[in-house]
Formats: sequence, structure tokens, C-alpha cells
Amino acid sequence: MLEGFLIGITTAFSITNILMVIGGCLIGTFIGMLPGLGPMSIIAIMIPVAITIGDPSAALILLAGVYYGAVFGGSTSSILINAPGVASTVATSFDGYPMARRGEAGKALTIAAIASFSGGTIGAILLMIFAPMLASVALLFHSAEYFALMVVGLSAIAAFAGTGQVGKALMMTILGLIMATVGEGALFNMPRFTMGIMDLQSGFNFITLAMAMFALPEAIYLVLDPARSKTKGDKDGGKISGLRITKAEAKAIAPVIGRQSIQGFLIGVLPGAGATIASFLGYAVERNLATKEEQKHFGHGSIKGLAAPETANNAASTGSFVPLLTLGIPGSGTTAILLGALIALNVTPGPRLMVDKPEVFWAVIVSMYLGNLILLILNLPLIPYIAKILAVPRTFLIPFILFFTLMGSYIGQNNSTELLILIGLGVCATVLRFADYPLAPLLIGFILGRMLEDNFARSMQLYDGVGFILERPMTLGLLILAGILVLLPSYRARRARMRARGIADGD
Amino acid sequence: MALDRWIALVFLILCLVYGYTAFFVMDAGLPPFMQRNPIWPSSFPKILACLGVVVSLVVLLGFEKSDKGHVASDINYRRLHEYKLGQALTLIGAMVAYALLLRPIGFLAATFLFLVVGGLTLGERRYVLLAAIAAFATGVVWYLVQQVLGIFLSPLPSFLPHIL
Repeated sequence: MLEGFLIGITTAFSITNILMVIGGCLIGTFIGMLPGLGPMSIIAIMIPVAITIGDPSAALILLAGVYYGAVFGGSTSSILINAPGVASTVATSFDGYPMARRGEAGKALTIAAIASFSGGTIGAILLMIFAPMLASVALLFHSAEYFALMVVGLSAIAAFAGTGQVGKALMMTILGLIMATVGEGALFNMPRFTMGIMDLQSGFNFITLAMAMFALPEAIYLVLDPARSKTKGDKDGGKISGLRITKAEAKAIAPVIGRQSIQGFLIGVLPGAGATIASFLGYAVERNLATKEEQKHFGHGSIKGLAAPETANNAASTGSFVPLLTLGIPGSGTTAILLGALIALNVTPGPRLMVDKPEVFWAVIVSMYLGNLILLILNLPLIPYIAKILAVPRTFLIPFILFFTLMGSYIGQNNSTELLILIGLGVCATVLRFADYPLAPLLIGFILGRMLEDNFARSMQLYDGVGFILERPMTLGLLILAGILVLLPSYRARRARMRARGIADGD
Repeated sequence: MALDRWIALVFLILCLVYGYTAFFVMDAGLPPFMQRNPIWPSSFPKILACLGVVVSLVVLLGFEKSDKGHVASDINYRRLHEYKLGQALTLIGAMVAYALLLRPIGFLAATFLFLVVGGLTLGERRYVLLAAIAAFATGVVWYLVQQVLGIFLSPLPSFLPHIL
């Protein structure tokens, strides 16, 4: 291993490759900040550039840098304007945006940068040590377990919505799942629930839905209530205070980062799971582990709630390289595009890659350390300037947020009907927000819906019916866990009420 | 009835329509070879429709009791008229107009107009600054997206030849 690592260092530390990492991280961060362009589209745009480079190591290093940069850039727009352009940074906005509104945008970005760095770096160490072993573990997970794992994820999100909100959160999750069934899936090759509308043939677009659920209602709220857009930063004359995190805060997030690096990495290794599920599960797990006092802060600007998904999504991005590099199976959309780029460069990933082209394998791993480090060095000094976006007067800021929201869904589709769908969904989402319905479960349901149905269908076909639930103990266990998660909050609330009543009666 | 229950009622109706389609309409056109599969295109929607009906009834009938009663939303919809409702509606209207005008008058003109109208609606009165920033931003975004990233934006009105 050491020998391979040395090969990697000599390859990655050549001047061309260092420039590739720096360039990749910069491009990724800046384009990733635009809502609507996620890592997948940025990498797709960069592929022609990478192929012209010719050298597979350099090309892959460039693309990995773009990937990391884009993941970080995505969290910036989630934190600053509540517009998560990427599914894996949706959970970041839960606590990052409230922090920014409190005038702590600088601190939120710093925590995001540090959490991403730690998650990515620990992930890279784990990748180096466990890559070959983990590849065989990933193969043990079948579609039935994936199905059950996703059900657990969805129930966890709904269950943690808060007392008296579980029903509403479940309703939103199911609405998301229903929306995911619209359009022509690869599975059945027939259009479903399109109501004859041509533009719904390919289903709802993820970015449109994300913008409609988060960015548009937030912008409408900002217009309705001008007092909302006055963050603390305004009072200090636009100065971003509190960029540094205190010792106590560092102590609080350190265990979160440690746990989520490992959990995120392991989830990232599973093909099909990836950074999105890792970030949601990471958020849910940390919320459950937190004390009662800390739990109240989740969703209102908790630093733990921000550090958890940020660490997990970066660790999972690293983890998703395991099946790609060792088995040649892309675990996520982004790694699938990377696989395409690799094949175009005459490199076939798989078990033989480590033997046949060790310099490519190890250079990628070393470039991960390098990429994470460069992202941190680049981003920390830039944070005060990035956070200044919030100091722009609202008469300029709001039209621009609306414009970028519209652009986000227009660029991907080049279709103005998409914009009308976006506005319609955005108005509906605002009404749902008026009535205290949580919107995140809807989006999560939508993101996981297709995968959930695919895995469910595959298991049904393999076992010729629902027998897989009983025949696979792990699936059954996970599904029981999901059931407990949903029922537990109402059971607890009921018991608390009974107890309170007993005391009131003089019991 | 509070707004959240009205929404639950609407969702219940949606689930019933969705369920009706899944149970009675979708399978009619299913080719015979697919009917032997253990899973049909309508299987998953059927499960979702049933779950949706149950959950919406739970919310509609108020089975799940909240400890604190109604959690105060940060904007009270019952007093919506006290907020800047006119501005919000105008901006939504401006977005719809942007979507409809994007192709006919082109990206550059539509974006410039949208940014100016948005700023004016929100009370910006420094007209020259507003126009200058809107024009600059429109130009920069068009250049970055079309020239750098290579995504065509149809910048000019549809009746003009594509010279850009």
C-alpha cells in the first residue's frame, strides 16, 4: 500500500496536476454556487475539457476537484439564500439558512468548510485502507435491503419532524413519492399520471421542485414581511461578525464530524445510496443523539445540524469512489458520469485497475487529500466576501434570488413551461408553509421515490411477490425499525400526556 | 376549519383520484405479457394511494394531538392583508410574465425587464443605478451561461435572426 501511495504522491504533486486540482476546485465552487447546476451537470460540462488533456490521471484529478468544489459551492447557496441546487445539500439548508438569517452566515460557511474538509479527508483515509474490503461488503446489499434502507430514511425524516407534526410530515413524504411516480420511468417504459401533458412525460424535474419548495417560498416570505430580510449583519453595517468558531463550538461539533465521516463514508460505499441519503440520515441520526435541549435548536440554526450533513455528504462523495474504482460500478449519477469519462480516456475501472494502472488509482486518492486541503485554503479567506451577498439591499437581492431560481430550472430544461410549473409549485409550497407543513420530507420523498420503487420492483420480481420481506432478515429488521420510528413519537407524546394528566389529578 | 385541515382534505381528494386511476384505469391497457409479472406499473401507486388516504385522514380528523396546540407559523396567514401582499402578487405576476415572454422577446430583454420591474415593485427609486445593475447582470449571466458554459439561451427576440 505504501508503495502505491508513494506512486500517487509523485503523480499528484507534479505541477500540472496541482494546477488541475486548484483549477477544478475553483471552477466547481463558482459554478456550484449557481442554484440549478449541480456536480453532475458541471462534471458533464467539464468532460470535453478533461478528454482534451489526454492524461487519465490529470483528467481524473481535474474532475475530482470539480466534484468537491461543486459540492461545497452547493452548500454556499443553501446557506446564504436557502436555494439548494443539489439534492445532497438540501439538509444543509435546514440549519445553515437559519444561522445566516441570525447574522452568522460567516460562521455557518466556516463550519461548512471545516466539516466538508474533515469529512472528505477522513473519507479519503478510509478509502485508502478499506477500498478492497468494502467492495465485497457492498455486494451483500441487495435491492430488498436498499428498499428497506430507504424506507428507514423516509420514516426517520418524518418521525423527527416534531411532536404533533409526524402526520403532516408523512403526508408530505407520500406527496413527494406520488410526484415521483409521474412521468415515464425506465422500469415500465410507459407514461404514468402525465394527464396528457407533454412536458410531464419525463416527470417533474428535481431542480424545479427543489427551487419551488425552498427558494421561492422563502423569497415570497421575504417580500411579504420586510423585517425578515434584516439579518443581524445589517445592524453592524453589513459587517459579517463571528467568522471564527469558539472552542466550545469546536468541541461540540468534533464528535459529530467524527461519527458522520464514518457513517457517511459507509453509506457512500453502497451503490445507489450516495451523498443525498448520507446527508439526510446523518442529520436524522445526529438529531436523535443530541440532548433534549440541543434537539430544540435543530432546524433553527444548530451548529451540529449544519456540521452533520456537510460532513456526511463529503464523506459519502469520497465513499462513492469505492465501488467505482474497485468494481467499476458507479454508485451515483455523478460517478456514472465519471465512469463515462474514464472509459473515454481508455481506463477501465474495476478490480484490475489497482494492478494495471496503479498510478491512476493512487493519484486519484492523493488528489482527494489535496483537493480538500485546497478547498479549505481557497474558501476560508473568501468567506467574508461570499457572505457579503446578504448585505445587498433587498430591493436588489430579492429580484436576483427570483431570477436565479428561474434560471436554475430553465438552464437544465431550456423550456419555459418548466418555469410555469416552478411558479405554480412555488405558490402551492408557500400555502403549505403557511399551514406549518414541513416541505423537506416532500422533496426527500421525491428524490428517493424512483429509487425506492425500482428496488421494490426488483425485489418483487426476484422473489415473485412480497416474500422478500420475510425471507431476508435484514430487510425485515430495517422495515420493523421504520415502523417503530414512525409510531414512537406519538406513543411518547401520549405517555407524556397521560403522565401529565395523572399529576394534575393529584396522582 | 384551519388551513392545515383544508390542505389535508385536498390531499385526501388527490389520493382518491390517484388511487382510482391506479386501481381502475391504468391496468386496462396493460399488455398480456406484463400481466404475468408480480409487479405492475400500478402496484406502487396503489400502495401510495392507500397510505395517503390513511395519513390524510389522521391529519384531517385530528387523531394526532399536538402538545402545544397550533404551532405559530412565522407568518400568520389569517392576517395576510397586513403583510406586503400586493408586492408579493406583483412579483409572482412578473415571474409568470417572464416565463411567457422569455422566448418571444428573448433572454436579454426579458431578464432586464424582470430585474427592473422587480426592483421597482420592492420600492427601489434609484432608477439609473437599477437599470445599470440590471443591464450589467443580464449581460454577465448571458455571457457566462451561453459563451462560457455553452448552453444556448436564445438571447434575441424570436423574429430576429440568431446573430449572437
